[in-house]
Amino acid sequence: MNSKKAVEFQGGVEQHKEGLPRRTFLQGVGVGAGAVGLLRSEAKAAPLTGDGTQAVGPGPAPIILIVNGKTYKLELEPRVTLLDALRNSLDCTGAKKVCDRATCGSCTVILDGAPVYACTVLAIEAQGRDVQTIEGLSTPDKPHAVQKCFVEHDAQQCGFCTPGFVMACKAFLDKNRYPSPDQVQSELGGNICRCGTYAGVRQAVLDAARELS
Amino acid sequence: MAIEYSWAPPEEGRLYGGLRIDRIDGPDKAAGRAQYSYDRNLPAMLVAKLVASPHAHARITKIDTSAAEKIAGVRAIEIISPVGAEIQWVGTEIVAVAADTEEIAHDGVAAVNVEYEVLAHLVKEENLTKAGSRVSPETEKTDGNPDEAFQKADVVHEGYYGCATLAHCCLEPHGQVVDWDEDEIIVYASTQAIGAIGADLAKTLSADKTLGQNVSPSQVRVVTPVMGGGFGSKFSIDSWGIACAKLAKRTGRPVKLMLDRDQELMVAGARPSLYGNVKVAAQRDGTLTAYQAESWSTGGVAGRGTPPLPYLIEPPNRKTRHLVVSTNTGPARAWRAPNHPQAALLTMCAYDDLAAKLKMNPLEFFRKNLALTQRPEVYRTQLDKAAELMEWKAKWHPAGEDPRPGPVRRGIGVSIHTWGGRPHDSEVRVTIHPDGSVVAECGTQDVGTGTRTVLGVVVASSLGLPVSEVQVKIGDTMYPPSGASGGSTTVGGVASAARRAAKFALVKLKEEVAPSLGVTGEANPQIESRFARLAVKADLNRQMTWRQACNKLGARSISVIGRQPEPGGGKLADSGVGGVQMADVSVDTETGIITMNKMVAVQDCGLVINLKTAESQVYGALIMGISTALWEERVYDEASGKLLNADMEFYQLPGIGDVGELVVHVMTGVYDDRGVIGLGEPPVISPGPAISNAVFNAIGVRVPTLPLTPDKVLSALKVTKGGRA
Repeated sequence: MNSKKAVEFQGGVEQHKEGLPRRTFLQGVGVGAGAVGLLRSEAKAAPLTGDGTQAVGPGPAPIILIVNGKTYKLELEPRVTLLDALRNSLDCTGAKKVCDRATCGSCTVILDGAPVYACTVLAIEAQGRDVQTIEGLSTPDKPHAVQKCFVEHDAQQCGFCTPGFVMACKAFLDKNRYPSPDQVQSELGGNICRCGTYAGVRQAVLDAARELS
Repeated sequence: MAIEYSWAPPEEGRLYGGLRIDRIDGPDKAAGRAQYSYDRNLPAMLVAKLVASPHAHARITKIDTSAAEKIAGVRAIEIISPVGAEIQWVGTEIVAVAADTEEIAHDGVAAVNVEYEVLAHLVKEENLTKAGSRVSPETEKTDGNPDEAFQKADVVHEGYYGCATLAHCCLEPHGQVVDWDEDEIIVYASTQAIGAIGADLAKTLSADKTLGQNVSPSQVRVVTPVMGGGFGSKFSIDSWGIACAKLAKRTGRPVKLMLDRDQELMVAGARPSLYGNVKVAAQRDGTLTAYQAESWSTGGVAGRGTPPLPYLIEPPNRKTRHLVVSTNTGPARAWRAPNHPQAALLTMCAYDDLAAKLKMNPLEFFRKNLALTQRPEVYRTQLDKAAELMEWKAKWHPAGEDPRPGPVRRGIGVSIHTWGGRPHDSEVRVTIHPDGSVVAECGTQDVGTGTRTVLGVVVASSLGLPVSEVQVKIGDTMYPPSGASGGSTTVGGVASAARRAAKFALVKLKEEVAPSLGVTGEANPQIESRFARLAVKADLNRQMTWRQACNKLGARSISVIGRQPEPGGGKLADSGVGGVQMADVSVDTETGIITMNKMVAVQDCGLVINLKTAESQVYGALIMGISTALWEERVYDEASGKLLNADMEFYQLPGIGDVGELVVHVMTGVYDDRGVIGLGEPPVISPGPAISNAVFNAIGVRVPTLPLTPDKVLSALKVTKGGRA
């Protein structure tokens, strides 16, 4: 069951076309041309290596993140994930650290319009890109339709998976305003809830779709 | 002055008893604003990480932290398991390293050098013959005359059943932030027991001479407004909590120490396994006469406990013998309804097989034997309701005789369960302020069950206000004490205490406003409070709004503490519930893959405070139960003693598309007069046996052990049917 879920989630949102797994990336920095594109333009202080590739780290390097429309200048080691940067440096703690290896979806944020597992994107990969977190989704007075419907259908218990689930649902509905119940089941398989709130989530997503369309 | 605390008769406008009310912390959780322990970022806070044992059984011969100490940004190191300590399971915490950042803490952990004398280990217990001297007898019990009953029985069935050890896999890992000020230690802990862990911590810290300080429990404050799942595994301060506090003391800075995911799965919670050879007997008409089980389990190196066998349906003649296997695996912790799901499996599956041998529809078989339970009438009603919701009559066929053609076979199964759920001790303070605001305070914690909302509903309903008018403050030991959230004891405890506090506070308010309403004599029976208005019952024109009434208090607030238990306070809670569940599955006999089509749960829990969150408990239990039936298992490597699936790729939990249709029927209005009874445990008991029985019904052979993985399905088909698939 999980293999099916993983394939569908990757296929559905293509997040791995954007980012390399952490270790592959570190190996690739400085030696492969493929890494150049990932660094974007912001690591200006980095020296050039023999083949002209920019290298940064292992110490802190300047990293610029654009989160919920605001620009932040940070000094982070290149190994710091987007999730850790959000949680530890920007105090955006809505995205949760659970599996820390792209399995459970609790850290889901929206990167350039597509949902990604922030635990498996390096902060340095997200430079200059549009990072949307749950903190930017709504205000207390004006919740997003997905959030409203999560409350109404009690699609949360302990609530630890909820912000990630809400972001995944939001991204899903952005792409598909008229989802079928089957699509909800197959496309949202990348988020794990331990308390078992899926019955509520199913209804919440369909209701939110109605509200948004 | 006599106050009517009881829940009944239904008051007009009451909020409990069947309404579906939104979780009051729902908007904060859905917006990511709810702040969990893991989310606490305090000024100058350090992050600590743990060195974990790579061995399942070993003695520590050397710990060298010098290289770690030299790393810039590493601030303090605390040894948890000293040289000479015997490690009894893989992942055991050895050293905690606190550093400026999480990354540096991980570097520090990697730089600690620990040497071990590796000892022989045992990590698997299913095959008893390999367990040798690590097996010890736990209990043996005989009732009636089982030997004679088996001899005289018309039909006897013998079978082997079991289920593997599981992990709790809480999404928020165990851990805490400790902020040690001079006079106060604040522990932001992911815990189910804010009222207990502070005293534990104080005691342990006082015993540590190197700290040179006595710590009184009154100095420790535990703060847990929300927590990310516990399921029975988060009652203790744990070694990492103590290490975290010591690191905070030594550095003078707040420290956050949360377990990494692999550690969470290795050390922070396991549900014991249970395996057994079971023998059951019945008369030709299906009346059960005897049950016998030779069972064994492991709860880690020292985990003990006896499963309640036979479970729930107790034939007059019984013989049970239980053995415990000491294994070098992460230790057992309470897991929703401790021992019940395992015992239910070793009972309901054997009965189901016996029913098949009798050529009886299992629903009829269970009905026939309800007299052997504590509450036959409850189960009879529930079996009927569940059968209706499952369309049992239309769907059932004899085991293995699905009339539809093709390799995918469909089947249904049933199981029943019980749980206590008595109320724990609790206090709740209700304060009515002159501006009309109402505050309910309780030192309980909401572990995701909806406790905060329960308090809001009870207090609001008892005062005649909407839930939005009550501010609920929980998750802090500054509030009146309450019990740990375990064993489905919370809802009865906090609801009863809140009811008494609110009712008594309302009487006081009525007395304050009586003169203004022209009421003389005892105010309480003459004045009613509904829909945020107080009115004279004999003349409803004499009334005032809630706010006007509270204004009469002048500068004083009314503050009342309600208690559970309270002599003379009426019986507001009870224990003992019943539930029935049915599963509908499809089994692909070519691949062995089981697909959930549908599950039905019918559950009694006395008086329902909030139907919405009550139903969520049952939905959640069904999903967790399906997960344990089909996927969950801690897989240890026999050779290395390591936990092979200490991550969430291979410790598999279902996603939204894996659980099928779920139908939940919480009984309301039927048992309201019993009062409130806890609900977290009971519905998680039956999914395993109900699903196993459904698979048996589908394919006609028993897959003996959970999880019902494809390989086991295929091998069961091969063994029994000679490769029919």
